[in-house]
Amino acid sequence: MFKEFAKGLSITLKHLLPGNCTTVQYPKQKLEMSPRFRGLHRLVPTQHREKCVACYLCPTVCPAKCITVESAENEKGEKYPKVYEIDLLRCIFCGYCVEACPVEAIEMTDAYELANFKREDFNFDKERLLKS
Amino acid sequence: MTDPLLSLALILAKLIAVFGVILTLAAYLVLAERKLLARMQLRYGPNRVGPFGMMQPLADVIKLLTKEDFVPATADKWLFLIAPGLSAVTALLTFAVVPFGPPLEIFGKTLPLVVIDLNVGVLYFLGLSSLAVYGMALGGWASNSKYSLLGSIRGLSQLISYELSMGLAIVPVVMMARSFSLTEIVMAQEKIPYLLLNPLAFPIFLISVLAESKRIPFDLPEAENELVGGFHTEYSGMRFGLFFVGEYINLIILGSMVTVFFLGGWHGPWLPGVVWFALKVLAICAFFIWVRGSMPRLRYDQLMHFGWKVLLPLSLLNVLVTGAVLLGMS
Repeated sequence: MFKEFAKGLSITLKHLLPGNCTTVQYPKQKLEMSPRFRGLHRLVPTQHREKCVACYLCPTVCPAKCITVESAENEKGEKYPKVYEIDLLRCIFCGYCVEACPVEAIEMTDAYELANFKREDFNFDKERLLKS
Repeated sequence: MTDPLLSLALILAKLIAVFGVILTLAAYLVLAERKLLARMQLRYGPNRVGPFGMMQPLADVIKLLTKEDFVPATADKWLFLIAPGLSAVTALLTFAVVPFGPPLEIFGKTLPLVVIDLNVGVLYFLGLSSLAVYGMALGGWASNSKYSLLGSIRGLSQLISYELSMGLAIVPVVMMARSFSLTEIVMAQEKIPYLLLNPLAFPIFLISVLAESKRIPFDLPEAENELVGGFHTEYSGMRFGLFFVGEYINLIILGSMVTVFFLGGWHGPWLPGVVWFALKVLAICAFFIWVRGSMPRLRYDQLMHFGWKVLLPLSLLNVLVTGAVLLGMS
């Protein structure tokens, strides 16, 4: 009995030594996300405009129906999205939009701190998605 | 200043100092326990309030004081309200007989560093430690909840299993010191502490004290996994806080009792007496916290089996052997 008692005590004593904590002090210290992590979306920009060609594949494939696209033509006669909005409150972060995109114009970042105060703040329009 | 006034002032100062130190120590013992336990479980523990979380006890007290003081509708109201106070006060009162340092020379007077040196100090301690169980038993009974009642019943049955061996473990100490006064027991250990003179009584007393403090190997009355919170399930706010602080004051008291009976009280080389006493008490408290981090809870029947069939015969035997040795030496 005493042997087991001493063994138990020695194990906890070993754990007590400094440098054994496995806690991540979250707001100050963050873990690195995996490259496959699906966080906030980002529209990929090129030099003058967004890469997106407004083909409507992403709103079609989206299971949560959270993407709104309206296409238009610019002065060079290229199709571009006049409106590109993602309602993050509906989005399920499945990544199908990224898979469906034929020109790799949308990708997912590792941003996961998406809390906000107002419902409207979760509606990400083109400008915000280009900057994220 | 006249002489009686000076004595009165000194006594008052001593009382306030003891009171303040015990309460502060109890509060910080909670913090120390939380931090040490956390480290043993590979986490940090409270470290947000102030540097290293040092203001955590204060934050806890504010939280507990501002919480609703809830009394269940079917509870026995008066007993429910009195019980937490009973457990905190009995714990505090016990410290009255604990000598925490050698007599102090101040203003040409000798000030004994003990609140009152009763010539029946050992009996006073045993009596109050039995009374302390009333706070728990009444609290659980008055809550009118099955979990609380089960906790109280466990507490009482635990009491009758360990109290006997605890009392009997002190008997050899009293026999060797030839006194019931705690100060004289400490004086008798000036050369060799009783830990070395009577190595069997020490572990028996330590285990009984662990049971008395209702901490982890023997925390059956609380047993949060099966009884929600045991006897304090229905308590909230500062009433729960009183039970909690009573438990930690009790821990300090029991640590000082181990120190007084077996570790030679304030005696020790180089350092002043009070410091030695505090160090020994804190070491015992740290050991209790360490044990809490390591051990599982005993079952109800295992505790009684251990108390009645192992500790009690051993302590009786120890009394007999010590008596024979003392008789042979005289």
